[in-house]
Formats: sequence, C-alpha cells, structure tokens
Amino acid sequence: MASLDQIFVTLKAWVLGLLPETVQPFAGVMISISAIMAVFPGIFALTTVVERKLLGRFQNRPGPNRVGIPLTKIRLAGFGQFIADGIKSLTKEDVVPRNADKVVHFIAPFVLVVPSFLALSVLPVGRNMAALNFTETGLLFFFAIGAATEISVFMAGWSSRNKYSLLGAMRGIAQMLSYEIPLILSSLTVVMMVGSLSLVTIVEKQTAVQWGVFHNWHVFTPWGFAGFLLFLTAACAEANRTPFDLPEAESELIAGYFTEYSGFKFALFFLGEYLGMFAISGVAITLFLGGWSAPFTFLDWVPSWLWFFGKLVGFILFFIWLRGTLPRLKVDQLMNLAWKFMLPMCLINLVVAGVWHYTADWNDLIRWPLGAALLALPYWIFSRRFESRFQTRTYRYAS
Amino acid sequence: MTLAFAILAGLTVGAAIAAMTLRNLVHCSLCATVSLVGLALLYLNLGAEFAAFVQILVYVGAVAILIVFAVLLTRSGEAPAGRVSYGLWTGLGVALAVFGTLAWAIGGSSALKALPKDSAVPALPVKDVGDKLVGDFVLPLQVIALLLTAAMLGAIVIAMREAKGNPQPATRNPQ
Repeated sequence: MASLDQIFVTLKAWVLGLLPETVQPFAGVMISISAIMAVFPGIFALTTVVERKLLGRFQNRPGPNRVGIPLTKIRLAGFGQFIADGIKSLTKEDVVPRNADKVVHFIAPFVLVVPSFLALSVLPVGRNMAALNFTETGLLFFFAIGAATEISVFMAGWSSRNKYSLLGAMRGIAQMLSYEIPLILSSLTVVMMVGSLSLVTIVEKQTAVQWGVFHNWHVFTPWGFAGFLLFLTAACAEANRTPFDLPEAESELIAGYFTEYSGFKFALFFLGEYLGMFAISGVAITLFLGGWSAPFTFLDWVPSWLWFFGKLVGFILFFIWLRGTLPRLKVDQLMNLAWKFMLPMCLINLVVAGVWHYTADWNDLIRWPLGAALLALPYWIFSRRFESRFQTRTYRYAS
Repeated sequence: MTLAFAILAGLTVGAAIAAMTLRNLVHCSLCATVSLVGLALLYLNLGAEFAAFVQILVYVGAVAILIVFAVLLTRSGEAPAGRVSYGLWTGLGVALAVFGTLAWAIGGSSALKALPKDSAVPALPVKDVGDKLVGDFVLPLQVIALLLTAAMLGAIVIAMREAKGNPQPATRNPQ
C-alpha cells in the first residue's frame, strides 16, 4: 500500500530519470505545474455540474440532466454539461463596454486566476506531495497571495465603468479586508501551537497518534475546534460564498464586479473564484483537519492523497449545501459579524490556545472542559448581543 | 548582476516611472502596486522569503487597496483636465534629500556592520525575527501600535463629527 500512497511521487521521479541531468530541475517544476493545472480545474469543471445538480435538488427540480458525451446518446446523468459550458464560453463574443478602461479590463481576470493557482501550489495534497515547500513561510505565502486577489476585484469593478460592478467591487474589497483578519487570527493559533509556518510541518505534527486510535488533528482540541469554525466562516466570506455572497449578489448587483465580462474572461473569473474556494478549503484541511492524514490509525492504509481530496470534496459539498440553505446577510450584519463577534472570539481563542499549551501535563478530562468553557462563555455573551441586533429590525413598508 | 535581477529591477523601476508619469490616478496607483510587487520579487530573489511575503501581504493587500480607495473616494478617478504642474527642481530636491537621509541612516546602521562581509546569504529563520520583535524591539513595536491606534481613533473622530453636522432625518419610528 505504501507504493500506492507514493505512486505520483515515484511516477514523477521515474519521468525525471528518463531526462538528461541538466533539464531535470526545470522538468520537475513543469510536471508539478501541469499536475496542478490539470487536477484543480478538473475538479472545478465537475463542481460546476455537481453544484447545479445539487442546488436543483435542494429547490425540488432536477437540475442539468441532459448533456452527456457529445455526438452520442450517452447522457451520464448530465455530467457532460461542463464540456458544453466550456465550448460556449470559448466561442462566445468577448464584449467590452465602450467606456471601459480597456487595459485594466483585460488584465483583471488574469490577476485573479494566477494567484489562485499559486495559492494551490503550497498545499500538501499528500505525503511528500507539496509542489512548493516554503519551510519558513508556507502559510504566509498563502495569505500574501490571497491578499493579492483583492486588487483584481478592484480592477474588474473599476475598469468596467458600471455602477453594479463598482458597487460589487467595493463590497467585495470591504468584505475581504474585514474577514482576512479573523482568517489570519484563527490560523495563528495553529502556527502558535505547532511553532512553524510550514504547511508540511503543520500536517506532519497532526499525524501523531492520540488516545490510541485518533490522529492528533487540531480540530480535536477546544482551540482547534473553535478556530476551525471561525476559519470556516471567514473562508466562506473570503471565497464570496453564500451567506457572504454580497459582492456578486445576483438579485441586487447582477453579477457584481464581473457584470461586464463575457465569454472566456467571465469563465476565468468563475474559475478563479472556485480555485480560491478550493485553496482556502485546502488550507482549512491542512490547518485543522490533519491534511492528508486519516482520522483513525486503522485507516492509514488508504493513500494519503485520497484523504486530502476526499476532504476537499467534503468541503465543496458543504459549501454547496450552505448556498442552498442560508439567506444572504446585509452589509451591516456582515461587518458586525466580522468586527464585533469574530474578532473578539479569535483573540479569546488565542488565549485559550496559550492555556492549552501551558496545561500540557494536565489530564485531558480536565483540560478539555476548561478550554471549552473558556470559549463557550464569551460565545454565549457575544452571540446574545449579536442576536439582539438582528431582532430590532423595523420594516417601513412591509409591516 | 544576474538576468533575474535585471528583469525584476527593470519591472520595479519601469512601473515606478509609469506611476509618476501616467495621467489617470487609478492607473498610477495600479502601477505603484506593480512596483511594490517588483520589490517583493527582488526580496525573494535575495532569499528573504519572509520580507517578500510580508511586503505583498501588507503593501499589495492593504496599502495599495487603501490608496485606490482614497483616490476613488476623494475624486472621481477621471483624468484631470489640465497638465499638473510638476515643479521639477523642488521635486528633485526633495527626492535627493530623502535619498540622502535614507542612505545616511542605512549606511550608519549597526545592522550593516554586524553582517559578514562575504557574499553568502545569512540564513534568518522567521523564529529569530519574532524573537527580536517581541524581545529586543518590544518597546518600538508597542509605540508603533499606539501610534496606529491613535491614528485610527483620529479617523473615527473625524467621521463622527461629520455625522453630527448633518443629522439624519428621523426615520427611526415611521409608525
């Protein structure tokens, strides 16, 4: 089973062995890039179909179920839909508004897609399977790259010369900036406890065995559990997913900052959004859910990359489920949630992580309830205050 | 001078020149962003990963956005009608003065003398950066934090006064 676990690593080494020594470093880089460029857009293509099918089922309608393999009668339950979508977006006319800032309008999709691919390259998708391993600064690289996508949102929104685009861009940037702080603070607990910014080291620390059968995932600790929930919420907002999809709220802003994009540029925005969602899910898996490690020691025989991608699929389905379930927040609720609820909770979580660190020699049965209580009490207080804001809404015309 | 350095330096300087000479303010700030990215890549070229990623996180992720927002909120972002008076000699004088001060400060810095003279890149783990920051330099760090908090409070005070000047129409209880 070890050979199956390392099959891609050995495959790459075998291909490299066929090539002359001088081109090996270059070829190694190219192989890693090709793998990322093939696998994640592949998942993206399938996700678009699965999302539409599942949303259809949530809304009590069938969803896409016709398109199969082109030129045959095979339907594949509609899973050929993404091929049709791809051909459509490639052949559609590329409309650029007359007043648009042509250069900035042209560059914006690339500024979104390139960092999204770069962010995927630091994820350890399996044992010895990280394309880029920054041993000192892996997580920092991810956040830096994530921050760079904000400028693309601005470029797209501003250059279109369209009110909806600009409003969407403004909302998007305000949301991304606000939620970046809880995102970074909640992952800081993990960095604090592991003592390393390297994503590979963070996963390896979580492969230690705890209580006999469990792997030592961070989500099994009070600070890890709270951190995971905070990270997940912030990740949802960073990826512009429902309930935080204000920047591209269809019912208010058409498509938000990429309203004025058509054809393949629109597809690139679409791709960039989903790649961003995959990347942030991947980091959540790496930080809190043990990366490529199995939940139980007796499941260690399953290949590590299968665990990572299985968890990733779980995250994607979870996000689709959220989209089909939750209503959209208002702007003030969005900001209140970030600054008045999540930020204090993240800071308290840092303290709890410190307590957890200094009580390392205590019994787990005392330590766990202590940490949970330290988090539950502020949660109760903050959420009560937060909830009261939701209830004092007065309607002017609808009451 | 390696090829990589030449490309990156060209990118940085070219973007900086474009940021100075372009007419549209938003274009200028976007070019300034490219220049900041070029600087980060130069740090990366020198093997300073931490500085490079912090540069991108802080300058591209926050400062560039701030500049762009400031431009958008204060003026429309359209190209100004007339040619802006450059004041060539004043500008040159200020630039030279800034360069001279920085060069003097960096040249006289004790950190430069502590570096080994050979060309080997000193390995600086992120852990050491953190140790220095909350160990030796904890007081400057706190002072900067205080300064930033004061600036933020000031911004809030300015915003509040404006709200007092134009009171909202009373639509609290329409019934």
